Amino acid sequence: MISQADVLGALDGVRDPELDEPVTSLGFVESCVVSPDGAVRVRLRLPTYFCAPNFAFLMVADAYDAVTALPGVSHPDVQLVDHFTADAINSGVAARSGFVESFDGEAVDELDSLRRDFIRKAVLAGTDRVCRSLLEGGAAVSDLAGLTLGDVPWSSDLERLRARRSELGLPSGDGDPLLVDAVTGERVSPDSTPAHLHRTRLTRVSVEANGGVCRGLLHERYPASAGLGQREE
Amino acid sequence: MYEKNGEKYFVVDSHMHHWDASPENWVKGHENYAKGWIECFHAYQGLGPAETHWTIEHFMKASEEDLMKNVFEDGYVDKAIFQSTYLKEWYSTGFNTTERNGELSEKHPGKFIVNGRWDPREGDAGIKQLEADAARWGLKGVKLYTAEWKDSSRGWTLKDPEAYRFLEKSQELGIKNIHVHKGPTIWPLDKDPFDVSDVDHAATDFPELNFIVEHVGLPRIEDFCFMATQEPNVYAGLSVVIGGLMHARPRFFAKVMGELLFWVGEDKMTFGSDYSIWEPRWQIEGFVDWDYPSDEYSDYPRVTVATKKKILGLNAAKLYGIEVPSECRLSDPATPGAQEDAALVDSGGVRV
Repeated sequence: MISQADVLGALDGVRDPELDEPVTSLGFVESCVVSPDGAVRVRLRLPTYFCAPNFAFLMVADAYDAVTALPGVSHPDVQLVDHFTADAINSGVAARSGFVESFDGEAVDELDSLRRDFIRKAVLAGTDRVCRSLLEGGAAVSDLAGLTLGDVPWSSDLERLRARRSELGLPSGDGDPLLVDAVTGERVSPDSTPAHLHRTRLTRVSVEANGGVCRGLLHERYPASAGLGQREE
Repeated sequence: MYEKNGEKYFVVDSHMHHWDASPENWVKGHENYAKGWIECFHAYQGLGPAETHWTIEHFMKASEEDLMKNVFEDGYVDKAIFQSTYLKEWYSTGFNTTERNGELSEKHPGKFIVNGRWDPREGDAGIKQLEADAARWGLKGVKLYTAEWKDSSRGWTLKDPEAYRFLEKSQELGIKNIHVHKGPTIWPLDKDPFDVSDVDHAATDFPELNFIVEHVGLPRIEDFCFMATQEPNVYAGLSVVIGGLMHARPRFFAKVMGELLFWVGEDKMTFGSDYSIWEPRWQIEGFVDWDYPSDEYSDYPRVTVATKKKILGLNAAKLYGIEVPSECRLSDPATPGAQEDAALVDSGGVRV
């Protein structure tokens, strides 16, 4: 029989596309109830009433898909609470409608390109995480352009970077360069490496500072209750 | 003015408000939005020190006395710049209109600067209104919301020919400071309101205007920085950066400041308290005392007394032509201005 831990495990794979972090560790999972008959009821919450509906929609839809895909789930019920577009998102996701159909007249574009833009940012931020630890370990900036992914010692940051690159169709094999352009996938030249590293650092600071604000606002909104699987950064 | 260790800081609060979000002002049928909006702002206040938090009732509508005390008497501010936000769909008389701000400004001469607004989709009528507002309030700045939905239009960009007409008119009327809101918006739902590429175009074509991007494009600081580093007349408005991060997330605050100092530079950053989300007092005291917390930040540009004087007031005073008392000016007249300093940043963003 399916357990709450199984469901939370599946939700660990659902990310806030803007922050590139799991909805669980961010504290967005308010409750998760599993019934003996396989019915699963998940409630998601966000830091503010006005968090961007496009990202909210992606998270609820991804969570719905993740729960539905678990073997033994008879009735998935995944809903967003306390949000100004909660009704439209919940009914749209449950009916498996797209974003445009769920917000008739208020949106004309689906969210695929938005999602890709943010995976690109995740690639840049992830590159910084991997490179900073190499630099702290004594590598010189000029060394980095010559490295391949396979040259870098294993770490969870490296795994995460490879996963994001592969989601975008960027080269992510052992023999592929550590530093690539996040749009074209081309190798970053040694001359461009310092500028590239400034960009990756800035992108990481931006994403992480944003995550910090979101965690702070979530705490202000729900001071008394941690989310299921919530972890501080 | 704020004084610490013998140094005198002239303070311009370049982004603040005087709103009415009390339940009496909520539009019938839209109470959820009106309430949700102000509660969201109130949560931001929670990111400041506990002793500066207000009750939600107080927060919904600060009185004139509160504002004068919090901003000028206790808050060290020498000159405060009002930015307006209408939101009339939810608030009957508007959330924070030019008129509401202007009324207070006229009661307290010399304390405030009132900024206006325009929307290129209003065409000829909008141009006439801008001329009238400029004459009525002596406008030197406007605040623009490019992502705003209006009738069938899903927002506009500063690149539009109609917007160029308004930029030309602004220049002609002596409105030199264009504050652009690049940040959260409500509708349309799928648009990315953080896209700053239009500012890039307009800033190149209108080199005599200054473009102040409020909230530095948070949460997309990187897009803003890549653009600002290439445009000498683009500024970083620090509202929310100091209030939202300095106390709650000091490590991220240090990194964000480091990045802004690196990419944009200390001559192009302006303080804004975002009152009454946060009171200016703790922000100014904390910022004057602030430095990077450890060696981890040694790659970033250093922060000096002069850096803080510029950010807290001197930069905005230059933009708005505000007279600064001689005791608060920088002693070294050779300090480079914004344009010269920006030339130190090459297109790759690396200081040379």
